[in-house]
Amino acid sequence: MSMKASTRQVDGVTIVDLSGRITLGEGSVVLRDTVKDLLGKGQKKILLNLGDVSYIDSSGIGELVSAFTSVRNQGGDLKLLNLTKKVHDLLQITKLYTVFDVKDDEAVAIAAFGK
Amino acid sequence: MTAPQRVSYRMESTLESVNKAEEMADQIASQAGMDEDTRGGISMAVREAMINAILHGNAYDPAKRVNLTFEQNGEELIVIVADQGEGFVPDEVPDPLAPENLLKQSGRGIFLMRAFMDEVRFRKLNPGTEITLIKRLQSSELDRQEAST
Repeated sequence: MSMKASTRQVDGVTIVDLSGRITLGEGSVVLRDTVKDLLGKGQKKILLNLGDVSYIDSSGIGELVSAFTSVRNQGGDLKLLNLTKKVHDLLQITKLYTVFDVKDDEAVAIAAFGK
Repeated sequence: MTAPQRVSYRMESTLESVNKAEEMADQIASQAGMDEDTRGGISMAVREAMINAILHGNAYDPAKRVNLTFEQNGEELIVIVADQGEGFVPDEVPDPLAPENLLKQSGRGIFLMRAFMDEVRFRKLNPGTEITLIKRLQSSELDRQEAST
């Protein structure tokens, strides 16, 4: 199953709704290209909604980390929203859960970006 | 106790093989009576071993193959992944949980294999690397197997 990404704007924050699998190959590339495209347009407040992401492998984890550092390096912020149990557990065991700012409520997440 | 079962495949060095191996692992773990969480862990470990073999080992070389073997002896599920690449020293792979490595893009595959399996062994081939993944069956899974045979 391939991955899909669609973006929407709420209060200056770009929400990327992802669905499918973020794995080696197409899934990782879609995420990489989406974040690169947003940064290119100067959109640096990015909220990745992973509610419909069923699976992530080591390549997908690497892509999330890479997206996070790219956004931070450009003075922006990237947060994660709505982790499934599988993805939550994976970020826990890789000790990345505390690296990312993870939220489970969209309004709270948007407010957390600040002005 | 069920009779030992062993099945081997010779896989091309493609992304498609990674996905196929993951699906096969899930099916075989399901037949072994494992629950959904355990199955997910095993198929992820197999996926990571295949990525290691195809991406890092064979480097997508169409002339090189990956041998994938599933073995079930009634007590353990054993998966063996062997590539024909340059080989590597597992102990030299940096710890992905070390603070200085947390934000690295790669280097988590072996860690994930170890996280989801009971035992992970590496053996140097000539050429290549063989990874053996072992998951021991729990008593409840053995009961389910007995009931279905």
